[in-house]
Amino acid sequence: MVREQVPVADGLFTWPSDQPQLIGSHFPESGVTTFPVQASCPRTSSQVMHEVLLERRGTLWSWTIQGFPPKSPPYAGKEGPLGFVPYGVGYVELSGQVIVETRLTENDPARLHIGMPMELVIIPFTTDDQDRDIVTFAFAPVQEA
Amino acid sequence: MTDVAIVGIGIHPFGRHDSSGMEQGVVAARSALADAGCAWSDVQYAFGGSAAAGNADTMVSALGLTGLPFINVANGCATGGSALISGYNAIRAGAADVVMAIGFDKHPRGAFDPDPADFGLGKWYGDTGLMLTTQFFGLKIQRYMHQYGITANTLAKVAAKNFRNGSLNENAWRRKPMSEEQILNGAMLSNPLTQFMFCSPGEGGVALVLANADRAREFTDTPVYLRSAVLRSRPFGSFEVFNPWLAIERGNSPTVAAAQAAFEMAGIGPGDIDVAQVQDTESGAEVMHMSECGLCADGEQEDLIQSGETEITGRLPINTDGGCIANGEPIGASGLRQVYESVLQLRGRAGSRQVPGNPATAFTHVYGAPGISACTVLSR
Repeated sequence: MVREQVPVADGLFTWPSDQPQLIGSHFPESGVTTFPVQASCPRTSSQVMHEVLLERRGTLWSWTIQGFPPKSPPYAGKEGPLGFVPYGVGYVELSGQVIVETRLTENDPARLHIGMPMELVIIPFTTDDQDRDIVTFAFAPVQEA
Repeated sequence: MTDVAIVGIGIHPFGRHDSSGMEQGVVAARSALADAGCAWSDVQYAFGGSAAAGNADTMVSALGLTGLPFINVANGCATGGSALISGYNAIRAGAADVVMAIGFDKHPRGAFDPDPADFGLGKWYGDTGLMLTTQFFGLKIQRYMHQYGITANTLAKVAAKNFRNGSLNENAWRRKPMSEEQILNGAMLSNPLTQFMFCSPGEGGVALVLANADRAREFTDTPVYLRSAVLRSRPFGSFEVFNPWLAIERGNSPTVAAAQAAFEMAGIGPGDIDVAQVQDTESGAEVMHMSECGLCADGEQEDLIQSGETEITGRLPINTDGGCIANGEPIGASGLRQVYESVLQLRGRAGSRQVPGNPATAFTHVYGAPGISACTVLSR
């Protein structure tokens, strides 16, 4: 049986989708793109804004590994201190758009380096009280063919 | 324009204590008044705050109900610095001649666990495990090391120096020196930063008595002049804690703007500074803030730190009291601790950690969420 999957928040990414994309805001007057969507331009305060779908691929701009279980709340992971598995966190540069902060599917420091190609995926990271998977966005190293 | 002098300094030791944060603040206040040789009733205006230990103005019930104006300050990691700037401006504006700036705090153990909503972020940001200051510091120094060739050993050297300096400071929390090897072998909290490279939330209090410089000698033979006190929020293109996105067009940090303005206002440059206290939330922060403050160029830290120039005996001593790494970070008190240490150094009364050569100028810098920085320049 396929478990039901629920996005962690509405409006962060297109879902359900075979080719999910993050949803950002673009401010034509300044050329600034933000993630997630916000109503006002952080540079000029302009409220002329268009939602845009962000590139699915980019390059790793920086990375770290979350090595200890975050406090809950705010963290919604349910694995507890003993079951905690360190997870990667990074910034991925989406060319011509914006650098987004994201979980990474890779948590091995030896397999992460700045500049490597990355691709958007949607991953389950916890469950809700109806035992549905809560999913969020993450970036994975691009598997070269 | 009126000049401002620091005429009294007081501290409650940093660390873990049974007393409340507020009580620690009162101890610091009494100690600052004693140092200035004045009474609470001489204080005409007060500014103070804590992030997690209550309203500072409550302490009038312990210090005396004199009816003075007392404004609570809440500005994250720059709470103490903001209290100081408020006091500085009150004296320069002629609103008072004698002002107290005070900060204290008491945090639970472990990393801070702020609410995303307080920072304008959706609940998802905390749910998915991104709401951690520690991640930001790991991400920022990782990028910086890649760009400027800073090594992990240099990060360890910074922490080792600060623990060593802390061991010479009777008011520090961590008073045991640690080797670079121990520091590098600590648990990896957020690559490339190990547990011993990070400061911890803690407890403590610091109070300063400020006076119109024309009246400074009424209180002390060793006034230290606050040549500038500046706060800046983040400009477009900076890289801050709790940022779900960054602009591709990169800009400067709020520290760059605050430090430049502080030096300009003081009329001296970074090259004139004899001793500096810069925000070392972790080792990498000290490294990056050195250049953001203008104390060196990007990448020069590697040689400066490897050759011992930031030690107490070096050319540019940094975090001579052990910094946040040895003192912990009681948010409200942290920025004022840097000023306390600067005053001790400029008075020549820093004991076994005194910077040699009779330092005449000092610089302080704090940084905090969501991208604020406060700097001061001080001189004898």
